[in-house]
Amino acid sequence: MMKPFLSIKNLTVSLKSSKEPLLRSVSLDLAAGNVLGLVGESGAGKSMIGKAILGILPQAVEITAGEIWLNDQELLRKPAKERRKFIGASTALIPQDPLTALNPSRRIGPQITERLVDILDWKKDAALARALELLNEVQIPDPERVMHSYPHEISGGMRQRILIASAFAANPKLIIADEPTTALDVTVQKQILHLIADLQARHQTSLLFVTHDLGVVSKVCQHLSVLYAGKVIEASEIRDFFKNPKHPYSRALLAATPKYNDPASSLTPVPEEVIAEVEAEIFAPRTECSHVN
Amino acid sequence: MSLFPTIFLRLLTTLITLFGVAVIIFVIIRVVPGNPIAMMLPPGATDADIQRLQALYGFDKSILEQFLIWISDVVRGDFGTSISLRQPVLNLVLERLPATLELSIIALILAVAIGLTLAITGTRLRGSRFESLIDMTNGIALSLPDFLWALLLILLFGVLWPLFHISGRISPALDLPFTSQFYLFESLLRLRLDLSLDLLSHMFMPALAMAIPLAAIIGQLLKQSLKETMHLDYVTLSRTKGYSENHVIIREALPNAILPTLTLIGVQFTFLIGGTVIIERLFSYEGLGNMAIDAVINRDLPLIQGIVILFALIFTLVNLIVDMSYALLNPRLRHA
Repeated sequence: MMKPFLSIKNLTVSLKSSKEPLLRSVSLDLAAGNVLGLVGESGAGKSMIGKAILGILPQAVEITAGEIWLNDQELLRKPAKERRKFIGASTALIPQDPLTALNPSRRIGPQITERLVDILDWKKDAALARALELLNEVQIPDPERVMHSYPHEISGGMRQRILIASAFAANPKLIIADEPTTALDVTVQKQILHLIADLQARHQTSLLFVTHDLGVVSKVCQHLSVLYAGKVIEASEIRDFFKNPKHPYSRALLAATPKYNDPASSLTPVPEEVIAEVEAEIFAPRTECSHVN
Repeated sequence: MSLFPTIFLRLLTTLITLFGVAVIIFVIIRVVPGNPIAMMLPPGATDADIQRLQALYGFDKSILEQFLIWISDVVRGDFGTSISLRQPVLNLVLERLPATLELSIIALILAVAIGLTLAITGTRLRGSRFESLIDMTNGIALSLPDFLWALLLILLFGVLWPLFHISGRISPALDLPFTSQFYLFESLLRLRLDLSLDLLSHMFMPALAMAIPLAAIIGQLLKQSLKETMHLDYVTLSRTKGYSENHVIIREALPNAILPTLTLIGVQFTFLIGGTVIIERLFSYEGLGNMAIDAVINRDLPLIQGIVILFALIFTLVNLIVDMSYALLNPRLRHA
């Protein structure tokens, strides 16, 4: 593997109030131009990693340890303002729910071009041309009209295309896609997925793809990291993973893929040994207490 | 534009509302005790004198008859003659209206400015211990009504630390070049900033007294909806683009969060105008509200009617403007 473009080292994110860790010493690497899948069940902390990179963690949590390296620069040690600009200039987010990710009281056009003009100091007409070009690339019919529309005048699938165009518009080095197809119709999901994979390949962007759908991962990613309870329990290449998952949880996760001819068989519980392994750590403080008493 | 039929309909309902107000005020001030004629005559006037005066002003007829006469005059633009001031009601009212409008608008501007500042600062400081400081400021501002703030301000900036004028609309010594009653507006247009400053110095305390409670309501509601809006996805997305917290609050969250506050401002602004009655009295400000109190004291029935109708007209127009600006700010309502 070549030198990673994004490298997270021992990142720990905890609740401010109870100090309970939500991410436990997470490490992952993403090479330039590659796609890394980040999978795990709800609450495993997948999205939290993306938020930590982008600096949009909820107010109730904080980063308590670790490093985030992006293009040889450590993000967490940068002063807030500089970090904000750096992230704005070099990364982009494809959000989960296209229905809520566009500002309802502003036209589409400025929402795509604003980053180019305000943060990257492009000329207005250059930004406009770039936005039209990208809207064409994501196959939006009549992009001129769409630029002048308000979000409520556009369908959900189209809005996700717009958000994808907006993410790629500034030529970011890294794109974080946070379950970009979860909120969409099944028929639209596939198109959007193809679109993201296609644009990623064409622009050679590094992509961190957060999802709970292993099928999606197998289609777009080269590597994947499996998260459980805030820990990376397996990180491997995609082919190895599907052929030979090492961790028992990964095997259970694979077994949980729905089979249409036998739906009941996909209801596999989390293996006992995994619960024992991970939860022994989570509940350790309490277990100690119970010993004392 | 689909706005015009809507406006037409609203104007129509406004007329009906005004008619209702006219009926109610006309009947009420004739039913409650107190007789305008008694206020005019010296003690010991004979019954014949009283009869004669009552006939002169038409008070000997039935209330229905009086109303029909009055309303048919009103339709022709004649609101009758003030009993105490012996001048046409319409002239008197229109002469005082600009003073009250200017005061109310300055109060509204102050309220919105203070309210916005409180809400935005509170949102910036959310989660920190200074947030409760903002909430406390809001609470204190809300806990006193406008006339008590007026007394407090008079005491502070009129007596203990005399920074502003505490009575009147303009310093009597000044030479007034005005052709309209909109003194402040006209002084600004004529670039007589010395006069504008004098007017503002007179208006500042009454306007602030009316503005403080309204500012607190605006601040509280707006901060609440701003805080909710700050969690929405498009706000987060704007953050990832590299924008500062201030930009995110003002450009992304505010236009959406302000909608409920706008309706509230509309409703509260009418209360604020109602508040001018007492505030103008306290500051001897020569506006409509001050005149209303005199009219009530003198049982000047035609003048009371005129003032109340005018207030009602202002209230309904303000509501109409608020509804329209709501549609302008919210694109989703525009085409609905």
